[in-house]
Amino acid sequence: MHKQRTNALVRFYHKLGSPPSFYRISGYFLKWLLLLAIGLTTWGLYDGLVLAPADYQQGDSFRIIYVHVPAAWMSMFIYAVMGVCGVIALIWRMKIAEAVMLASAPIGAWFTVIALVTGSLWGKPMWGTWWEWDARMTSELILLFLYIGIMATYSAFSEDTRKAARMAALIAIVGVFNVVIIHYSVQWWSSIHQGSTVSLTGKQNITWDMLRPLLFMAFATKFYYGYSMLKRARIYLLETESNKRWVQDIIMEKKS
Amino acid sequence: MSEFLNMGGYAFYVWTSFALFFLAMAIDFISLVLKEKSIKRNIRSLMRRKKNRQ
Repeated sequence: MHKQRTNALVRFYHKLGSPPSFYRISGYFLKWLLLLAIGLTTWGLYDGLVLAPADYQQGDSFRIIYVHVPAAWMSMFIYAVMGVCGVIALIWRMKIAEAVMLASAPIGAWFTVIALVTGSLWGKPMWGTWWEWDARMTSELILLFLYIGIMATYSAFSEDTRKAARMAALIAIVGVFNVVIIHYSVQWWSSIHQGSTVSLTGKQNITWDMLRPLLFMAFATKFYYGYSMLKRARIYLLETESNKRWVQDIIMEKKS
Repeated sequence: MSEFLNMGGYAFYVWTSFALFFLAMAIDFISLVLKEKSIKRNIRSLMRRKKNRQ
């Protein structure tokens, strides 16, 4: 006989795994995530469009970095989250992991679209071309197709939502290799795209005045992702558990 | 002010990029609000129908 250990962390994990608890706990964060996202975006925009100096080579066109790079980072970060959730959903059949994975897809796809189109809008004045079939851009476009594929797979099997979620999880996992390719594409292939400007460890290739707004926008997009994903995951749980008691309690509560 | 709006001659590229960013976020936000409303409405009418059958 071994003693059952239930420390606080394990209990918290189990709590998050149950849809009613997840719904309740995530409800506390929504407002703050949205407020932080709006506040940081407002400051980041002012800082990036007004306070940051123009680039000595690219002039004011470099300011596109403040939407392009955070969006591109998020497009990869969100996909990685979906890959991890996909693994958890397939192995442990955890419903919350399915919800988080599926709820991440639309906002991830939007960030990918922003990264692609702003990249194009930046490429035209700087490189003289809207689009080039180069490793970085092609792999980012494939990322968009993966996001769309995951959403399409889920809706194609919508009669059985659990099965649909597992099929979508499979695509999410297989597609993770593409995130690795996007990241290393500028090193592995000769690319028209410039290398990383910011790195976590190495020397920064950017002054603080230009880096600061980028960090504000990076955090702002992280917080908006948190908001959008949690909100969608909650809607997903309401929808798929609509005949359960806890959902009906919430609906009744709101009405009175 | 007009110098700011001109963005050193890159006005079209810079402002279109930022506009797209906001448009995408706004569409995502509005679709969330609408979806939540319609799901809750559906569940409510489902519950009402169940109740009437009993």
